Amino acid sequence: MSENGYEPRIVAFLCNWCTYVGADLAGTSRIQYPPNVRVIRLMCSGAVDQVYILKALLDGADGVLVGGCHPGDCHYLEGNYKARRRVVALNDILESTGFEQERVLLRWISASEGQRFADTITEFTARLKELGPSPMRRQWAV
Amino acid sequence: MRAFIPVEDGNTLKAVQGVLRRLLESDLIDALMVPMRTPAGAITPTLVTDPALLDQADPLAPAFPVNSARVLGWMTQREPRGRIGAVMRSCEMRAMIELVKLKQACLDCVTLISVDCAGTLQTPAYQENAAGNAERWQELFAQPDGQPAGLRDACWMCEKPVYEKADVVLELFGSDLSQGFQVVLPDSLAEGWGAGESSASHSADGANSTRARVLEELVALRSGRLKEVFSEIRGRLHDDQEGMAGIFAACIRCHNCMTVCPICYCKTCLFKGPVFDHEPIQFMQWAERKGALRLPSDTMLFHLTRLNHMALSCVGCGMCTSVCPADLPVGRVFRAVGDSVQSVFDYQPGYNPEEMLPLVAFQEDEWQEVGQ
Ligand code: SF4
Ligand code: SF4
Repeated sequence: MSENGYEPRIVAFLCNWCTYVGADLAGTSRIQYPPNVRVIRLMCSGAVDQVYILKALLDGADGVLVGGCHPGDCHYLEGNYKARRRVVALNDILESTGFEQERVLLRWISASEGQRFADTITEFTARLKELGPSPMRRQWAV
Repeated sequence: MRAFIPVEDGNTLKAVQGVLRRLLESDLIDALMVPMRTPAGAITPTLVTDPALLDQADPLAPAFPVNSARVLGWMTQREPRGRIGAVMRSCEMRAMIELVKLKQACLDCVTLISVDCAGTLQTPAYQENAAGNAERWQELFAQPDGQPAGLRDACWMCEKPVYEKADVVLELFGSDLSQGFQVVLPDSLAEGWGAGESSASHSADGANSTRARVLEELVALRSGRLKEVFSEIRGRLHDDQEGMAGIFAACIRCHNCMTVCPICYCKTCLFKGPVFDHEPIQFMQWAERKGALRLPSDTMLFHLTRLNHMALSCVGCGMCTSVCPADLPVGRVFRAVGDSVQSVFDYQPGYNPEEMLPLVAFQEDEWQEVGQ
C-alpha cells in the first residue's frame, strides 16, 4: 500500500502471441513488478474494441493497458496497426469529452521482452500514482 | 449539362415534380426514392415506380422524418432489381457515402439526385404549421438565415446545405423560384431535355453566380453558428460540474439516437444484445463497488462507445437530437467530438466513396511514438 492507501488498478488487454507471452516470460524469469495489473488475454490487440477499454475506465479502473506485437510482427499482419488507430481516436475522443486520456496506454511488447513488460507495469503504476485514483471509482452517475 | 426548368403559375413544386417524372421515365431509372406526401399529409421517403403518382412527391417540404440513407442502404446492399434514382438532401447523400464505405450500401445501381435544402422542421412542428402549407418552404429559401419555429437544430447550423457531387442537382438557391431554376444533368440522362430548355441566356445572366453568392453568405453564417456551438458544447464537456455525464444526465438509454443515426452500422447493436442483459447479481456488485448505481446503467458507456464507433463518420444530420425524448443535445456533442477526431485523421466524411474509413485504413509508418 502506498502512503495514502491508494494502489492503482490496471486492466491490461494483451495479445496472445506477443505481449501475453512477454508477461508470462516476466513471471517465469521472476522479474519483479508491481502487482497492480489484471491481465485479460485476447488473440490480437486488433481485437480490442474500444468498448472494453471504456467499460474498464467507467467502472473505475485507474489505467488500461493495451499490449500488442511490435509493428510488422502482428500474427494477423495488421491487427496492431488498427489497434493503434483506434487508440489514437479513443484518446482524442476521451480528451474531447473531458476524460483523462493519460489513463490509456498502448505498448508494443514482444514475446521475448519480459523485462519490457515489467518496466511498462512499473512505469504505468508510478504514473497512475501521480495522477491519483480515477474519479470514476466513486462516480456512480455514469 | 445544364437545363433551365421554367416554373408555370408560380408552382415550383409542380416544376420539380415534372423534372422527377422525366427522370423516372428515362431509361436510366426504374424507380425513384423520393419524399412523398401521404394522403394523411405526412411526408415520408417512398419508392415510386409509377410516374403518375409523382404529383404527390414533395422533396421541397421542410420535413425530415428519417435520414433516407438508412433506407436506401437496405435497398442497395444487395443487387436491387433495377436502377434507383435517389432524391436526397445533402446530409442524406453524405450519410449514403459513409454507408458505401461501410459496405452497407452500394451506388452501382443508384443515380443520386440532390435537391438544395434550405432547412427542415421538427416533425411535430411541421405537422402543426407546415403540412399543406405550400409557402412554408419558400419562406425558408427566401430567408435561409431565418429561424422559424420548430427549425431543427442541425439545420440552423448546417454549413453544407447543397451537394454538388450528385449525378443530378436541382439548384434552388439563388434562383427566383417563381420563375424557374436550373438542373445539372449527366450527359447520359440529358438526352431529350431539348436544347431550347437549356437556356444559355439564363446561365449567362448569372443565375449561378447568384447561387454561389447566396451560398457563400449562408455557409459563412452557418459556419459561424457551428463554431459557437462547438465552443459552447466543448465548454460544457470540460466543465467540472457538468461534463459529459452532466450533459447526458437525463438519458434514459432508449436508443432512439442510435436507431435513427444513418451511420450507426452494427446490424445488432451491442447494447441491445445479450451482453447487456446482465445477471441480476451484477447490478448488486456494481452498486456495492461505487456505493450506488445509476439506472438504466451504462448510459455513458453507450454514448462513448457510439462516439468511438461512428463519430469519425458523423455527417451532422442531427436526427439523433430530433428524436431524443429527453431533449438532449446529442447531435451537438457528436458533431463537436466528431469534428475533433475527424481532423486528427484529416478525414472528411461524405464525399469520396473510394476512400477507406479511418479505422479500417492504416499506414505502417504513422503515429510511431504510440506504443513505444
Ligand atoms: S435518444 Fe436521448 S434519451 Fe434516448 S438514448 Fe439517445 S441520448 Fe439517451
Ligand atoms: S450522430 Fe446524429 S448527427 Fe451524426 S450522423 Fe448520427 S444521427 Fe446524424
